[in-house]
Amino acid sequence: MSESHQNLDLTLHVWRQAGPDKPGAMKTYKVKSVSSHASFLEMLDILNQQLQEQGEEPVAFDSDCREGICGTCSLVINGRPHGPNAGTTTCQLHMRYFKSGDEIWIEPWRAGAFPVHRDLCVDRRAFDKIVAAGGYVTQNVGSAPDANAILVPKVDADRAMDAAQCIGCGACVAACPNSSAMLFVAAKLGHLHSLPQGQPERLRRTRAMVDAMDAAGFGNCTNHYECEAACPKNISADYIALMNRDYAKAMIAGRPEKKSSEGAG
Amino acid sequence: MNLDARIPAGPIAEKWNRAKFELKLVNPANKRKYSVIVVGSGLAGGAAAATLAELGYDVACFCFQDSPRRAHSIAAQGGINAAKNYQNDGDSIHRLFYDTVKGGDFRAREANVHRLAEVSVDIIDQCAAQGVPFAREYGGTLANRSFGGAQVSRTFYARGQTGQQLLIGVYQSLSRQIAAGKVTMFSRTEMLDVVVVDGKAAGIVVRDLVTGKVTSYSAHAVILASGGYGNVFNLSTNAVGSNVTATYRAYKRGAAFANPCYTQIHPTCIPVSGDYQSKLTLMSESLRNDGRVWVPKKRDDVAKATQDPGSIPEEDRDYYLERKYPSFGNLSPRDIASRAAKEACDDGRGVGPGGRGVYLDFRDAIKRMGAATIAEKYGNLFEMYERITGENPYKVPMRIYPAVHYTMGGLWVDYNLQSTIPGLFVLGEANFSDHGANRLGASALMQGLADGYFIISYTLGNYLAGVPASAKVSTDHPEFKRVEADVHARIDRLMSVGAKGKRTVESFHKELGQIMWEYCGMARNKEGLAKALQLIPELRAKFWAEARILGERETFNQSLERAGRVADFLEFAELMCQDALEREESCGGHFRTEYEVDGEAKRDDERFCHVAAWEFKGDGEKPVRHVEPLTFENVKLATRSYK
Repeated sequence: MSESHQNLDLTLHVWRQAGPDKPGAMKTYKVKSVSSHASFLEMLDILNQQLQEQGEEPVAFDSDCREGICGTCSLVINGRPHGPNAGTTTCQLHMRYFKSGDEIWIEPWRAGAFPVHRDLCVDRRAFDKIVAAGGYVTQNVGSAPDANAILVPKVDADRAMDAAQCIGCGACVAACPNSSAMLFVAAKLGHLHSLPQGQPERLRRTRAMVDAMDAAGFGNCTNHYECEAACPKNISADYIALMNRDYAKAMIAGRPEKKSSEGAG
Repeated sequence: MNLDARIPAGPIAEKWNRAKFELKLVNPANKRKYSVIVVGSGLAGGAAAATLAELGYDVACFCFQDSPRRAHSIAAQGGINAAKNYQNDGDSIHRLFYDTVKGGDFRAREANVHRLAEVSVDIIDQCAAQGVPFAREYGGTLANRSFGGAQVSRTFYARGQTGQQLLIGVYQSLSRQIAAGKVTMFSRTEMLDVVVVDGKAAGIVVRDLVTGKVTSYSAHAVILASGGYGNVFNLSTNAVGSNVTATYRAYKRGAAFANPCYTQIHPTCIPVSGDYQSKLTLMSESLRNDGRVWVPKKRDDVAKATQDPGSIPEEDRDYYLERKYPSFGNLSPRDIASRAAKEACDDGRGVGPGGRGVYLDFRDAIKRMGAATIAEKYGNLFEMYERITGENPYKVPMRIYPAVHYTMGGLWVDYNLQSTIPGLFVLGEANFSDHGANRLGASALMQGLADGYFIISYTLGNYLAGVPASAKVSTDHPEFKRVEADVHARIDRLMSVGAKGKRTVESFHKELGQIMWEYCGMARNKEGLAKALQLIPELRAKFWAEARILGERETFNQSLERAGRVADFLEFAELMCQDALEREESCGGHFRTEYEVDGEAKRDDERFCHVAAWEFKGDGEKPVRHVEPLTFENVKLATRSYK
């Protein structure tokens, strides 16, 4: 390792809340001798080990892959979703970015559309509902043409990929003063709309997803760009502009079509 | 126990076509009358749920994660194989079939592997049509790269996030069916048992991880796609939540568990750095396209190489993969590359703390192609490496070491992916079928999607065609009540031990992992396995006396979740060691030190050219080992050589 290894003593202020309808409060804990090579979540594992040994219930927090790709982990650390480092999820944040004696405030995502389950775990199913509203290409297994039959210019594929990197963690919502999910929705639309496969349903998809976002209780965008700063995958707020343009078009052209009775035969 | 693989007759290249015609169909209008449970929402489970719903079946899908989009398939980095031969470099379905059988060290079923190679081409079409942003050439066609164990370029990829992009494709299709009301999705819901009525799978018992409530669901068929069991080692590249519970519970209800000892140790992972560590991070195999693996030639150079790798001149570096396996070089298969790394470290030439590391060096590639090209290909992996280690791999070589990554073993399934319990199907990493004793890189994504998109839709229909729609068992059936009572009793027992216990569940998991890595890891032998078989039951007894599990059962209780999973690992570990002990040969990822020639695995085709399928006989009873012989009619049984 290039930098010298250190052990950190830390004071943690952690949000504890027994359930969605129970009151929550910050609680203060001390952890000692945390290796600077440990990840932030491993530091919380150490705290939980300590709490359990003292007979206190461990702090509930979500994590799974612990390599920055599944989007399960969250945490507002010192007021910033996923902590101080740009383009980094909480699980990829390492303790070498803190120093001994630091006080750290740890809170859940705070947004009306993301109710707290317990402590630092929130319910993000609202995101699933938005995707279900239209965040797909209508394409059944069995009817796909040869993959090279549809050429995709490299720049388009790259632009799609830049947006498709979204891990659906919800940091954009947690960072936004309006609890808006615009960056999440725009990333999904930006992914599909950069590709030829996404074109046939473009306007309908835009309208359906934006409507679902509003229905789920997320706020609107007022150009704070906090989402872009918090996004662990560095997704650009430019995608929001693209979405807004499509949404304007969809308001005119993309009304949900009236279903005629299918198949008269 | 009936281990009839039900392989269709005829030449290998015609078997699947023939099966597709011979498998019975369910009338389109009747499909909605059949309900199917899918456990798991990764590439295999999510694809199965979406595809079956598209066909008209009534599907319920369960995952323990908070959203189906988070299943561990998402973490796969490098790519997905397909025999498209878009590069005109000599690939074909037969070559992918051949490479996979050989890569698996002749311990996979030929017919299954051939079918996998056949449908591989359809997978890429389906994914591209869904909007998966695969890497493209400037002309707009799909790009490819190479992976270990192959001499052609057949791996499709989306930067270093191929698993993520394929899973998002699956999740999109699944979401569409959820919106259409054809799939009911249960996230944060963990399967704790399978219910078998009159010898057929009738449903599952689950725990809602938010409320803690235990509930039953019934269906005409149950599909398990719950992934692998690498976390039996505690430290692995798996997500921390990945577990064996679903497949192990099915085993205890009568499904045979095949080849549990076959585990894949991936050669390129970031080494362990301390005892607080919760997981190991993989550095994609694709890096071996351009990175060169080396250690110093001389033991005396180890300190210098650790301090300043650049100071070791070319002639003092041992590029051991290139030296030992000149024709495959740095792209030798995973089991071989892992063992070679261990051998170099055991020889005292490993670098970094404890001498447990080798270098993966991009110096020459950067010199040849420039840092920008390397960044384009591997940028996110380089960033990930730097975040974890604090070192910049553009400047110093990556330090890597093998780690547990994938499990080739799993529930036994026949050609139709049905377990030994009729109506219980097993897909993806959860089954045992296609990778033999070693999986080639970029083949897990291929298998998960093959099973979920293209195979189960035929084979499940064949089963359901023989089941009357009225035959769905009610969850009021006494057998459901009995299994629910078992689940409750087990949770009660955990909570009552847990209230008095003093030692955390995590510390038991760590200790189990150490036992498994030491005695059932990269190299195994008779004495070590016997030792493990003595230590594991002792540790398990301690767990059930001393584990500390706080909180209440009917709440959001992560301690209880983990305790249940670790309790199952503590039983399953014994089965793994038993299997490793009785397989007296070396093959693929299963390396017994007693059976080797010059450091290479020595198979014993006379005695072990078969699948070992274990039948549960009751707690405390020795399970029975059954055998499904493997025959090789299309690929000649030979000693694998990558030299």
